[in-house]
Amino acid sequence: MTSKEIEKLALAVRKRIIKMAYECNNNVHLGGALSMVDILAVLYGDILCNIGGSYEERDKFILSKGHGALALFATLGEMGIIPEERLHTYLSDGSNLCAHPVMEPEIGIEASNGSLGQGISMAVGIALSAKRKKRDYQVYTIIGNGESDEGLVWEALASASHFQLDNFTLILDDNKFQNDGASETVMYYPNYKERLHAFGFDAAEIDGHNISEICKALRSRHTEKKPKAVVANTIKGYGISFMENDNSWHHNRLTQKNYEQAMRELEESIWR
Amino acid sequence: MEIKKSEIKRWAAMGPRAAFGMGILKLYEEEPDFFVMSADLGSSSGLARFYSKYPESFVNVGIAEQNLIGVAAGLAKDGTPVFATSFAPFISMRAGEQIRMNMGYMHLNIKAVGLGSGLAMNTLGASHFGLEDIAVMRTIPGMTILCPSDGLQIVKCIEASKHYNGPVYIRLSGGSDIIYDDNFNYEIGKSIILKRGNKVALVGAGSVVSQALKAADMLEKQGISCTVVDMHTLKPLDEDTLNSLIEYELIVTIEEHTIIGGLGSAVAEYYACGGKRPRQVMIGINDFYPHPGSYEYLLNECGLTPEKITERVMEVYVGK
Repeated sequence: MTSKEIEKLALAVRKRIIKMAYECNNNVHLGGALSMVDILAVLYGDILCNIGGSYEERDKFILSKGHGALALFATLGEMGIIPEERLHTYLSDGSNLCAHPVMEPEIGIEASNGSLGQGISMAVGIALSAKRKKRDYQVYTIIGNGESDEGLVWEALASASHFQLDNFTLILDDNKFQNDGASETVMYYPNYKERLHAFGFDAAEIDGHNISEICKALRSRHTEKKPKAVVANTIKGYGISFMENDNSWHHNRLTQKNYEQAMRELEESIWR
Repeated sequence: MEIKKSEIKRWAAMGPRAAFGMGILKLYEEEPDFFVMSADLGSSSGLARFYSKYPESFVNVGIAEQNLIGVAAGLAKDGTPVFATSFAPFISMRAGEQIRMNMGYMHLNIKAVGLGSGLAMNTLGASHFGLEDIAVMRTIPGMTILCPSDGLQIVKCIEASKHYNGPVYIRLSGGSDIIYDDNFNYEIGKSIILKRGNKVALVGAGSVVSQALKAADMLEKQGISCTVVDMHTLKPLDEDTLNSLIEYELIVTIEEHTIIGGLGSAVAEYYACGGKRPRQVMIGINDFYPHPGSYEYLLNECGLTPEKITERVMEVYVGK
């Protein structure tokens, strides 16, 4: 996809998120879904190879920050991987499309997530399996800044480097907030890039809403025998003026008024 | 797998962890299509020969049990069986939630092996004892739980669990007694009747079965005829065999595990729902952390020696 097409995809995903959030008439994780939309649009629009192919062939994406599931469902919906009628089951009784991903490879969901820190650890295992079995697929995972409080994240990072996984890419969606508020007040990890360097990664820091910066970072080749990390500086709730950096939208319900304003802003893209 | 008589003696004499390592090596040499993992306890798991011979199929994650199960999940994602090993409390509880997500919720083909469970870690103390692992693992939906009772059964249990496609918790406990001196038919979920009597049924799981057999001999001398059951699979429980024991005067469950949530509880839960049930005595570790010491000392402290088992059964049997 061209940058313009990826931008269009990202806009369509944001609209889809707002529609699904409104339609389900329930509390949903909005802020952390919106912060990673541009990263997902680049991954699905430009980076992931053989989507829909056999397990041995296809690149794998694991959403370690499972509470961002709505953005993943919306992206898979816009890509035509999750059928339209399934999207309408979001948060309805018995649906696999709940607040966190439920493993269903047939609709592009590789793993069940929601317990933070576990997805990145599994992603390391998937990448290690490719190395041991001489398979060509790449493995990508997105973790959140709040998620990095989990000790398991750092166990997984150390092992990705130890196993020399140059087929592994970590994207840290650093939107600076977590459930209880700003990470600076809850549990602050300054200097992610330096920390990741120290853990043996090739790390880059980018604007997580700049499509060309994301493309460049994700397209860059791995250094041989080194895993890669991209620290994406993002804005929680990005794209909807009243949600940006307002942590009450971490998990919240859209009123009709909120919905109309959000859709109007997206339609007009006044936020750009 | 073909098993030689000389191997059976050797496996028993080595103790459970070394027997496990030998079993893994033997199986891999016939079917080299699985991974073995450790969290820096490879040599303590009898796996030294395996990892020096087949490093391509061995993964050591260092002292990081949560990542052990997470990485195992990634390796098992394409259906490959993965044996992930650590000491029982670390794998069952420190990595308990990783087991819940990956082996429970996602039902991946991981065999979590709890080494040195029960009282086997003797002088290392209760930090290393496996007292609660069965209770924790039983609550995971879809989990199969195997407690092999001697060296040969450990090897057979490894083979059967590899051939079973799904999550398994394998619990290795202590001792080096031989219960099976010849090859036998091992099937997950089908317990084995080691001795037939008609008054009291002693039902054990793991290496403590050998104490149950000795207790049965002592009870015979007191005129109490005993059946001894090796309940090597705790989940799914062998209900057919439990049904066949309903007419016994006493069912005695014997386990190297807390009496809360283990074999005794599983058996009691089963009988509780039926119309007719035998009286049950639950012998296990009585909701406390035993002081460290030799294995024999600990069995005695916990009422699990043949003498203590006999005494307890007599008390209830005669008094009833």
